[in-house]
Amino acid sequence: MSANTSIDWKSQVYDVLKEYNVKHMVYVPDAGHSTAIQKFEADDQVTSVVLTTEEEGIPYLAGAHLGGERGVLLMQSSGVGNCINMLSLQSNSRFPLLMLITMRGDWAEFNQWQNPMGQAAEAALNLMGVLTWRADEPQQVEALIRGAATMAFEGDQACAVLLGQKLIGKKDWIK
Amino acid sequence: MTSSLLQRREVVSDLLQDRGDTLVVTGLGSPSYDVMAAGDNDLNYYLWGAMGGAAMLGFGLAKAKPDHSVLVITGDGEMLMAMGAFATIAVQCPNNLTLVILDNGHYGETGMQRSHTGHGIELNKVAASVGFDWTARITDKTGVEDLRHRVHARDALNCATIAIDAVDVERVLPSRDGVYIKNRMKRALGQKL
Repeated sequence: MSANTSIDWKSQVYDVLKEYNVKHMVYVPDAGHSTAIQKFEADDQVTSVVLTTEEEGIPYLAGAHLGGERGVLLMQSSGVGNCINMLSLQSNSRFPLLMLITMRGDWAEFNQWQNPMGQAAEAALNLMGVLTWRADEPQQVEALIRGAATMAFEGDQACAVLLGQKLIGKKDWIK
Repeated sequence: MTSSLLQRREVVSDLLQDRGDTLVVTGLGSPSYDVMAAGDNDLNYYLWGAMGGAAMLGFGLAKAKPDHSVLVITGDGEMLMAMGAFATIAVQCPNNLTLVILDNGHYGETGMQRSHTGHGIELNKVAASVGFDWTARITDKTGVEDLRHRVHARDALNCATIAIDAVDVERVLPSRDGVYIKNRMKRALGQKL
């Protein structure tokens, strides 16, 4: 337990992506990504772009790639459905695409409205040709992001790492 | 019957005169054919699908290539599917990006059904309301020539709707091979493939 809790996976997301020379971070916010979003927003070597919907991130990153630069899309599982047809851009042109997706409707979800998309997210991505990996433990995160980033940026694949609710922790929702 | 409305092929050809190293992104359907008809170019990226993606693709390109002018040429229907992109782009306000919406008020590719702009919605006003630096609705050739200079100036985030005649013109088809179109632009920009 102490080994797990000593791993700061939320900071590792930023550190690993920096190592892979990511220059663009586009996102629809989620609490699970808040550390990475803050670090990227404070980094003047990276363009951080807040999106109105997740699908905007796919053509944005395609354009950045045409311009010779790497990027990442941070989003929540509820946004997977918003991306489906836009993923045809990636598959037709083989643009590298790296998505980090925090899960809802996955485990200990208090709001059942999150469940339909959360439960379908990974299968929906796979149907559109996106390769997926799941992290449920802190020690899995760094290696899975490295693997996905390698396959996206070196092999022009669409890759998504799903960050499970067991990893993020049960959402406290007390107001 | 002669029309006083601008003709799409002429507009696009005029806009691309002396384009230099301008990077051009086209929305699916007629805008892709119009740009192809004006002359194929390694610095063109044609979309054949991914409807609603043209403006954001041009935006990503503009952020990665600040020393190039980026010109997105799309249609009213394609841009209507990307209303949120106006806001996303305006937040960043890249000064080397111009969105040109060829507005015939109809969905040309599917049988000329009337679009929202055909019902009076003005997309240049949407761009103005979210804070684009310069917006206009262009109805004559002088306006097109002024816009051409603005594309090259790289001193403002621009959006113009150009009112064009809703007539069918012959299709001039660019390659549908997305990998080929991608790689030739990257090679032209001096990137390793």
